[in-house]
Amino acid sequence: MTTDYTPMWQELGLDLAGHDALLNVLGTAYTDIYLSQKNRPEGMGYFDFVMSEVHGLRIKELMDEKAAGRKIIGSYCVFVPEEIVLAANATLVGLCSGADFAMEKVEQLLPRNTCSLIKSSFGFKIGKVCPYLESADMIVGENTCDGKKKAYETLGAMVNNLYVMDLPQTKTDQTKDLLKAEYMKFKAAVENLTGVAVTSESLKSAINVVNAKRAAIHRLSSLRKADPAPISGLDALLANQVFFYDNPARFTESVNKICDELETRIQEKTGAFPADTPRILVSGCPQAVPNWKLHMITETAGAVIVGEESCVGERGTRNLTADTGTTVEEMMDAIVDRYFQVDCAIFTPNSQRLDHIQEMAAAYNAQGVIHYGLQFCQPYLMESIPVEKALEEKNIPCLRVETDYGMEDAGQLKTRVEAFIEQLR
Amino acid sequence: MTTETTAVRYAGIDIGSRTIKLVVVDASGKILERFQSDTGFDPMTTANALIAKVSFDKIMATGYGRNLFELSFDAPTVTEIKAHARGAWTEFPDARTVLDIGGQDSKAIALFDTGKVKKFEMNDRCAAGTGKFLEIMAATLGFELADFGAQALAAEKDLLISSMCTVFAESEVTSLIAKGEDRKEIARGLHTSVIRRAAGMINRVSSNGPIVFTGGVAKNPCMKELLYRKLDRDIMIPSDPQLAGAFGAALLSAEQEKTGS
Repeated sequence: MTTDYTPMWQELGLDLAGHDALLNVLGTAYTDIYLSQKNRPEGMGYFDFVMSEVHGLRIKELMDEKAAGRKIIGSYCVFVPEEIVLAANATLVGLCSGADFAMEKVEQLLPRNTCSLIKSSFGFKIGKVCPYLESADMIVGENTCDGKKKAYETLGAMVNNLYVMDLPQTKTDQTKDLLKAEYMKFKAAVENLTGVAVTSESLKSAINVVNAKRAAIHRLSSLRKADPAPISGLDALLANQVFFYDNPARFTESVNKICDELETRIQEKTGAFPADTPRILVSGCPQAVPNWKLHMITETAGAVIVGEESCVGERGTRNLTADTGTTVEEMMDAIVDRYFQVDCAIFTPNSQRLDHIQEMAAAYNAQGVIHYGLQFCQPYLMESIPVEKALEEKNIPCLRVETDYGMEDAGQLKTRVEAFIEQLR
Repeated sequence: MTTETTAVRYAGIDIGSRTIKLVVVDASGKILERFQSDTGFDPMTTANALIAKVSFDKIMATGYGRNLFELSFDAPTVTEIKAHARGAWTEFPDARTVLDIGGQDSKAIALFDTGKVKKFEMNDRCAAGTGKFLEIMAATLGFELADFGAQALAAEKDLLISSMCTVFAESEVTSLIAKGEDRKEIARGLHTSVIRRAAGMINRVSSNGPIVFTGGVAKNPCMKELLYRKLDRDIMIPSDPQLAGAFGAALLSAEQEKTGS
């Protein structure tokens, strides 16, 4: 890192010693896990740069936006519509929740048997090490699982800018109306924050920006269908993670550039791994930066991950928002339609997810599926059993993994993943 | 690694948490030599000493120390799941289910007719319900490990032990001792709790047919008997259940040579 961002971090009120320690761990992990990979596409250099500046240059950009009067909104969930945020002249960023931090203090506020993702979001707040969180003018919580719902009650007392959005848990006409009411309320809250009213022009343009970002990810995903896979699962996961942080237009351009390169690689039959490497689909809980544990273990054990059925992955980006509306009302309806299709495990029943997993396994030619469950994440752990059953009925082997952000189970996990890969050969 | 005999010799080494096992087979899969040693605190030195005793042409490593072995000896590796499956299936070709309880892990494996792994379950994180658990409990109750199973089997009844965690179970046992309970019955209760857990794993992978029981814990007669009573399925134990992993690795080494993969 060439620029000294210390004054900026200081201004944001970060705990500098803790933050340095975090960046050190992150830097080492990135070098060990990412830079040690062989046959990476050159375009990944962009993401290497983004990661090296994830708490630096990107935060500087956000601070510059703030100085110019734009607002920053932080979110923990794919149900927060970026279209609305952009249309009201604000920037949406994903908030840190992918690593353990300040766990002893977290466990004074949350029960031990809370999932790693929720604990992590608290750790970053208590430890004052997430510059995204500290720079946010509004933090959006959402009533998804019980863990998050109740945790936001506690978080609300720790910050002065938490906005909690309610979400339905079933899919009917009435609950769709509820989602619409919540999104209208959210629109009003964002407009109130920025002082900028959402217009049909601004909303249309926002829909196009976000759709373009999703379309770039779709293009990347579909290139992963090739054998040999032109990009590692780790690298593709990183692109899906950076989706939540980066400037949308620049992200879209960079992903498309990588896709151009991947198309050439496919023509030349250049892979991140040799042809016929066992192909695995990962399905389940979101993997937020820097949670690369399962991908790292799987790809160093001799398989390639070809898709993520996850919020940080296809569940989050699957659908585009229809851009045919001409009025704000019509476009808000299109946004509701789009987000209402997300098949998060908080919904009951949630059979679309089962269908999507099977469709993805077929589309990406995956020989097996690893169901990734975070320990104590009841919705996904519950669903893992019917997922396994449905896949086995189709003779698709499934390994159910239940883990957290710690590394103490890495040895056992590696053995199980290796044995699963042996099973696929 | 010199070859003195004309027939090709394939070795399998299973570097477990408690013991290291080494088996040498010929191309037909016949066991030529077998060795076993405590793992100790320095597994690679122990492994070195073991392999110095035998001659072989190819070696394959399995067990939790396999990756360390791979680095030191540039040998191919296989997981203990596939190795145990192959070892057990070779001795009992009709078997479609394998239960392996080793020093610090346990696994239930379902097999295809070809001996290939179809599905498996493995304990994660802690040593609950494994050899180490039984070893600690035997010591707490003042039994010799070799005699622990026979003593438990001789008990007239079973005392309920609800905890599977070694630490909690130990305090549960201590309080039962303090209450003046018969230590054989406590021992029996501990065996029952391990079997309850193992049966749960087996049921998740297969629902019928005989079970091959491997690993050091298979030597315990009480475990075999209780498993049979719990599941009402035939329990078959290899001639040397602890060697199943090393035997499987040796066979897979020979197979790899044949297929060239």
